[in-house]
Amino acid sequence: MAIDKRVSSAAEALAGVRDGSTVMLSGFGGAGFANVLIRALREHGAKDLTLVANSATHPLSRTHEIVESGQVRKVICTAARGRGKELSPFEQLWKAGKIELVCLPQGTFAEAIRAGGAGIPAFYTPSGFGTELAKGMEVRRFGGRDYVLQEAITADLALLRAEHADRFGNLSFRYAQANFGPMMATAAKLAVAEVAEARHAAIPPEQVHLPGVYIDRVFATEAAGR
Amino acid sequence: MTKLSRHQMAWRAAQDIEDGMLVNLGIGIPVLTSNYLPPGRDVFFQSENGVIGVGPEAAKGQDDPNLVDAGSRRITLREGASVIDSSWSFAMIRGGHIDVTILGGFEVAENGDFANWDSRVPDKGPLVGGAMDLAACAQAVWVIMEHNTRDGRPRLLERCDLPLTAVRCAKRVYTDIAVIDVTPAGFLVEEIAEGISRDQLQARTGAKLAFAPDCRVLRAPAIDEAGSR
Repeated sequence: MAIDKRVSSAAEALAGVRDGSTVMLSGFGGAGFANVLIRALREHGAKDLTLVANSATHPLSRTHEIVESGQVRKVICTAARGRGKELSPFEQLWKAGKIELVCLPQGTFAEAIRAGGAGIPAFYTPSGFGTELAKGMEVRRFGGRDYVLQEAITADLALLRAEHADRFGNLSFRYAQANFGPMMATAAKLAVAEVAEARHAAIPPEQVHLPGVYIDRVFATEAAGR
Repeated sequence: MTKLSRHQMAWRAAQDIEDGMLVNLGIGIPVLTSNYLPPGRDVFFQSENGVIGVGPEAAKGQDDPNLVDAGSRRITLREGASVIDSSWSFAMIRGGHIDVTILGGFEVAENGDFANWDSRVPDKGPLVGGAMDLAACAQAVWVIMEHNTRDGRPRLLERCDLPLTAVRCAKRVYTDIAVIDVTPAGFLVEEIAEGISRDQLQARTGAKLAFAPDCRVLRAPAIDEAGSR
């Protein structure tokens, strides 16, 4: 049967997602948040989720919607601070002991996800050595420099945003929209891309930024295209 | 005493950026340095989210929500720019390909230990972002920060009090009253603001200062509030 990874609704894009899942959310600084799918995840209602997202509190991401709805029990991130003086929804639940938090240096975060999708169970990194974030981590010296051992991160689901997709799941990103999306797609069992436009026709090979082999489902928010 | 403003501190740091460097700028005062590069220096600014060749902030109406820097500012690209994903961007950072990162700071110790990510604000969540990777792995770490806290405590110390961002990494500190190198022997003052004596600078510093034989006066041009000279 001819491959076609396009689905016709956000609900269909998240079909089969279970309670207790680890969910990776791409996005950085307003670029690459799969906000339609994040809202669909709230409507889906899966709970006991572990979120893997760069920020737990970015105002342009809808991550806060699934945090506020009580669907999240743990967050792995690099930034968990609300901007205002008032505590963000995440900070309130974290302070109340309702959400567990793991904070990682951003390069360690990105590489742990990359490793997770690349068959590498753990790696040594110089980032974070000698800091509170590396407390309790295994340390090893290579060539006179100290490194900490970080385990890879994998997930059940990844939600990422791209500009264009084709029916094969090939993606092209606009500028800094990619950020964590490519590595998250490789590290998750089910990778769902939200795109502006998904065409039947193939994206020219030289314009494919992420091969469709890593993408399971594609949901177009603006136009299905032909 | 002639203290430097935030823009003047950024101007001073910008004078030390060399032609051809790949530079990462932290949020806050450091991003201002890109406004004050001396003419003739062809420099690429890298942003941790994967932008190599950050240009000026985008004008309203010309901005693209997918083209942002580490501080979520909507930016433009310079000629020759490229954009990569986050794992590649941090491979660039960790791999030592960044010539210099200029970061805001809370504290620097005389051995180069550096604290800039956690000021122990009660109840607020942590925010580390790319600071630890940049501080630990860039070829040089330059810090821009006021010499003293609002309540007058020194930020240059024998040992950092706040949680570290990275150990033994800071190479140079630009404050509002001095430019100070971090050497194997400790702090070495290269420039000191007009109207402040060596003893006064020492009194405002939490570790022993040495003074370079050619210690100069720290000067910066007048810069208006909006940042244009």
